[in-house]
Amino acid sequence: MQKITKYVLLDILRNRFMIAYTLLLLLISFSLFMLEDSTAKSLLGLMNVVLFIIPLVSLVFSTIYLYNAAEFVELMLSQPIRRRVLLTRMYGGLALSFFIAIFIGLGIPILLYATSVQGLLLVLAGTALSLIFSALALLASVITRDKARGIGVALLLWVYFAFVFDGLVLLLLFQFADYPLETPMIVLTMLNPVDLSRIFLLLQVDMAAMLGFTGAVFQKYFSGITGQLISAAVLLMWIFIPLWLSIRRFNKRDL
Amino acid sequence: MIEIKSIYKNFGRLAALTNINLNLLAGETIAMIGPNGSGKTTLIKTLLGLVIPDKGDVLFNNQSVLNQWQYRERIGYMPQIGRYPDNMRIGQIIDMMVDLRREKAGKTDLELMKSLGIDRILDKPMRTLSGGTRQKVSACLAFMFHPDVLILDEPTAGLDPLSSEILKEKIAREKERGRLIIITSHILSDLDDLVTEVVYMQDGLVKFHKKVEELQEQTGEMRLNKVMAVLMDPYYDPVMQ
Repeated sequence: MQKITKYVLLDILRNRFMIAYTLLLLLISFSLFMLEDSTAKSLLGLMNVVLFIIPLVSLVFSTIYLYNAAEFVELMLSQPIRRRVLLTRMYGGLALSFFIAIFIGLGIPILLYATSVQGLLLVLAGTALSLIFSALALLASVITRDKARGIGVALLLWVYFAFVFDGLVLLLLFQFADYPLETPMIVLTMLNPVDLSRIFLLLQVDMAAMLGFTGAVFQKYFSGITGQLISAAVLLMWIFIPLWLSIRRFNKRDL
Repeated sequence: MIEIKSIYKNFGRLAALTNINLNLLAGETIAMIGPNGSGKTTLIKTLLGLVIPDKGDVLFNNQSVLNQWQYRERIGYMPQIGRYPDNMRIGQIIDMMVDLRREKAGKTDLELMKSLGIDRILDKPMRTLSGGTRQKVSACLAFMFHPDVLILDEPTAGLDPLSSEILKEKIAREKERGRLIIITSHILSDLDDLVTEVVYMQDGLVKFHKKVEELQEQTGEMRLNKVMAVLMDPYYDPVMQ
């Protein structure tokens, strides 16, 4: 049933918004590499694109796409197709098209200007965030029937992960300033894929100093192979848990 | 062929289906009749697994359809309102279906596509189609894969008289082949000569499930709309007849 993925992929790749998104990424990447003289600085700039724009676009585009595909879903489900298969294949189509957009928009400029481990990790982090946020979009669209509400939920999720979460963490830090918070901080970081990717990337470009004294703890944790494996596993969980919840919900849903 | 066993379904506080029990056999052509909102479409969607019942079971050839999907290979479904991806063309939709069903080329039933003239407008995008043309596309897709069971939800609503006649002839031919055909319609005159059984639904309940001859005998009327008019008459008392 890879055919469903194929149809979704072909449909999205022709989508004007997706083409514009790819071109925007390409434009930002090239201008950052041409404006900054050191590639490390350009990569840092690109990191912010990865951390803010990619989650936002993945969430909003996926949510709108999934709501607009309601007819397609209905048509497919009256055919001999399993619900789980339909949902995962549609997600697969979305994921693949985001990967293609990131590969063209970020991957190619990085390959041209800064072929390095850091560059590769940036592309990987962008892909991971796309997959995570489209999985969250899938969950939002399966849970709420109303399109406007679904998009609202998606935007709130983005605001939460991009801004609110950091505020809450800061609040917690001030409240418990008297206690050693290094280990709890690592655990808290795991609860936000954006933060996790940010810290992971910052440490890779040797910017740990920007993180203050907690940075030292992070440095120790994330530069070890165990830390890196755990972070990767946590990012994967951020993909699979929303996906699993969506399938569970979708299996019980009336059309 | 299809056995519906005490199905219950509520949408919020509304009881859409209450204790539905039906046994539908191959070769029968069943008219599902009932006022708007009586639960006909919900029942059909339950057969297809699009609506999941709160209680009860649906057996397709003695196997439960709950959480199953394979059995839909043997069903052709024509929805009341055919909704299709707007940006696809008719030809693309049909090719996609053939592709997904893995039907070998040349094995599909293209009779309706020719007689309804759909094969001449394959490059039209779905969003430009009128309601009637959409209905025709739905009909073509429902009959395309030689299904054992045909579920037609208001098949002739919105079709012009000529197309409606073509579709009815096609249904009659499929009936000859021993298919189980389930039709819901409000246009009772369309169902004359086609149906063998009538299922009457009201407020989510099956009021009766009887053979057409039986009803004709009971009411003394021959045509289905007359039969139903007599049965629906509030002063009609079956004991008196």
